[in-house]
Amino acid sequence: MADSVSKTEVEIKNANGLHLRPAMQLVDTASRFTSEVKISSGKTTVDGKSIMQVTMLAAAAGTKLTIIAKGPDAQMATDALKDLIENKLFGESAFRSEAAAKGGQDRQAEKSAEQ
Amino acid sequence: MEIKKGIAVSPGIAIAKPIVIDSEDYRIPRRSILPSAKVAEVKRVRDAFRKAVEELKKIDSDGKIAEGNIKDIFAVHLRFLKDRSLRKKITDLVYNDLLTAEYAVSTTLRDIANHFVSVQDRYISERATDIYDVEKRLLRHLLGRKREDIEHISHEVVVVAHELGPTQTASFDRKFIRGFATDAGGRTSHTAIVARSLGIPAVVGLEDVTRNIDPTVTVIIDGNRGMVVIDPDELTLKQYQQYAVDFDRLEKELDAIRDLDAVTRDGVQIELLGNIEFPHEVETVLDRGGVGIGLYRTEFLYLYSQTEPTEEDHYNAYSEVIRVCGDMPVVIRTMDLGADKFTQSRRFVREPNPFLGLRSIRFCLQNLVMFKTQLRAILRASIHGDVRVMFPLISSLHELRQAKMIIRDVMEDLDEGSIEYKPDIPIGIMIETPSAALTASILASECDFFSIGTNDLIQYTLAVDRGNERVSTLYSGADPAVINLLRSVNHEANKARISASICGEMASEPEFIMLLLGLGFRTFSLAPPMIPEIKKLIRSVTIESCNSLARKVLLMNSEREVINYLRSATLKVLPEVF
Repeated sequence: MADSVSKTEVEIKNANGLHLRPAMQLVDTASRFTSEVKISSGKTTVDGKSIMQVTMLAAAAGTKLTIIAKGPDAQMATDALKDLIENKLFGESAFRSEAAAKGGQDRQAEKSAEQ
Repeated sequence: MEIKKGIAVSPGIAIAKPIVIDSEDYRIPRRSILPSAKVAEVKRVRDAFRKAVEELKKIDSDGKIAEGNIKDIFAVHLRFLKDRSLRKKITDLVYNDLLTAEYAVSTTLRDIANHFVSVQDRYISERATDIYDVEKRLLRHLLGRKREDIEHISHEVVVVAHELGPTQTASFDRKFIRGFATDAGGRTSHTAIVARSLGIPAVVGLEDVTRNIDPTVTVIIDGNRGMVVIDPDELTLKQYQQYAVDFDRLEKELDAIRDLDAVTRDGVQIELLGNIEFPHEVETVLDRGGVGIGLYRTEFLYLYSQTEPTEEDHYNAYSEVIRVCGDMPVVIRTMDLGADKFTQSRRFVREPNPFLGLRSIRFCLQNLVMFKTQLRAILRASIHGDVRVMFPLISSLHELRQAKMIIRDVMEDLDEGSIEYKPDIPIGIMIETPSAALTASILASECDFFSIGTNDLIQYTLAVDRGNERVSTLYSGADPAVINLLRSVNHEANKARISASICGEMASEPEFIMLLLGLGFRTFSLAPPMIPEIKKLIRSVTIESCNSLARKVLLMNSEREVINYLRSATLKVLPEVF
C-alpha cells in the first residue's frame, strides 16, 4: 500500500489540557501506527511519538492543534487520535461545562454543610 | 590560574587532579570534557537511561504501587526515559558540545521544565515537578556511578564537591584521596572531621569551587592557609611542591617523638588522648602516640545508616574501640545530634535557633528509647576495658540528675537480665555551656569528671556563630571571658578532686597549650594528627614558665593582647609549629 497523508484539526477539550498523562496516551496511541505523526500548534510542529516533544506543546484546554499523519495507516492514525482527544477526552472531565457543574455541586455541598 | 579562599580545616598540602562530585540536590555546573572522553561520556548517558528504565520497571512490577495516579506518574516518567528524541538531545550536547553527562541531562530537562513553568495554565505549569523528578532520577544514576568509580580509583586525586556527606566519604578509597575542597561546610562539618581523621588537607566554605573547576586541570589544596589554587602557573606549582616537601619533613620529625612521653622539661607528665569519630581511627590515635580516647563521638552510628542503629550496632562499634585500646581509657560521649548535625531520617523538626534548641542531651532526654539503647550498649561494653561515659551539653544539675537516673534505670534492666556491666563506670559531663562552667562546683559534686568542649563553650560564651563569616572573627579562645571560665572550671574540679580535661579544638592549637598547662590542665584530647606537634611543644616547656605565662594572661584586658602574647611566647619555644 502506498503512503498516504491524512490531516485533521482537533481541539483540546479536557479541562486540564494536554498535560503529562494525556500526552502519554497521545504518544502511546500514535506509536501504535507505522505512519509518521506530526502535531502542530501553528507555532511549532512536533513528533507525535515523542512525549518530550508533545509535552513541549504545553497545550492548555481550548488549544487547537493540527495532526498530520504520513504513511500506510495515516487515516487510521488521525482518526484514533481525534477520538482520543475530542471524544474520550483522555478519560478526563471536559472543559467548562462539566468543570462548572462540578463547582456548583461543591458550592451546594458547602452550603448544606454550613446548615 | 585562580586562587580561592576558604576555611582551612585540616592541615597539609595536596597537589593532584580533581574528581568533582556533584549532587542531584544542587544545580549542576556547566563543565566541559575532553574530546577523547566523549564516547565514554555518551555511554554514561545511555547507561543512566537504561538503569533508570530498569529501576522504574522494577518499581512497577513489584506491584507496590496500587494507586492509579502514582502508577500513571511512573508510566509517564518511563515514556520520557524511553523517548529517543530526548536522549538524542542530551547525547548531542555531550558528543558535539563536549559537555559532561550530568550537565547535559540537567540542562535539557530543566529547559523542558522551565518551558512548562512559563505556560499560563496552572495545571500544566505544575507538571514541571515531574520533569525535575526525571532529572533527579537520571542524575542519581550518573552521580551514583561516579561515586562508585571513586571507590575504585587507582591514581591520586583531590575530591571537590558541594558538600561531602557520610555516605560518600565512607566509601572513599583512602589510599588515593589526597585532599578535600568543598563549597559548603565549617570547621566542625563532616568533611573537616573526616579529613582530619585521614590526615589529609581540606579547605571548606569555598562557596563556588565546584562551579569553577575543570576536571582536567591541576588543583592545589593548601590546608594550612585555607586556599585552593585551580590550574596553578609554573612558579606557583614549584613553590607549592616545596611547601609540600617541607611539610612532610616536619611531619616526619614529629613522628620521631611518637614513642616519647608527653612530659614537660621539669618532669610533669601530661596525658594526650585522641578524639575519634570512627572505630578505625583508634589506630591513628595510637600510631600518633595517643594514650587513649578522650572523646569518642558516637554520632556516626546515626549518620551513616538509613535506619536507627540497634543496640548491637552500638555494642560492636564500642567493643572494637575498647579492644584495640586494651587498658587505655576510652571516654564515650553519648549521642550529640541536633544543631549542625542531623540524622538522615531527619527526625528533627526545623528550629529557628537550633544551637539553642533541642540538641544533644536535651534531645536524648526526650527520646528515651533511643537514649537507653545507646546506654545499654555502652554499659555492656564497659566490661571490656577502661570505659567512661560522658554526657554532652549539660546546662544544669537537673539534666545531669535526669541522665544519671536513666543510666540507673538501664543498669536495673541489665541486672534483671543478668547481663554483665561495670557498675562503677565513671560518669562525666562535657562543660560546653556558660551555665555549666559557672555552676561547676555544684556539678562537680555529682559527677566523676569534666571534659571541656571549648568549641561550644566559646560559641555560647561569646555569643558568636563561628560558621557565620560575618561574625566569625569575634570567635576566639583567647577572650578573657573564656579564659576566666576555663580557670574556674579547673579550680572547681580540683576542689572536688575530679579530673578536668580539654577535648575541644583549643587543645590542638599550639598557641593555647602553654596557657592551658599554666591554668592547671594536665589532660588533653585532640584530633589524632595533631598529637605529635602538641607533644613536641609540651616537651619543650616547663610548667613553671607556663604558670607565670598564665598569671600574666589573667591580668590582660583584651583578646588581642592575649593572643599576641600567646603567639609570641609559643613562637619562642617552638618556632617551627607555625
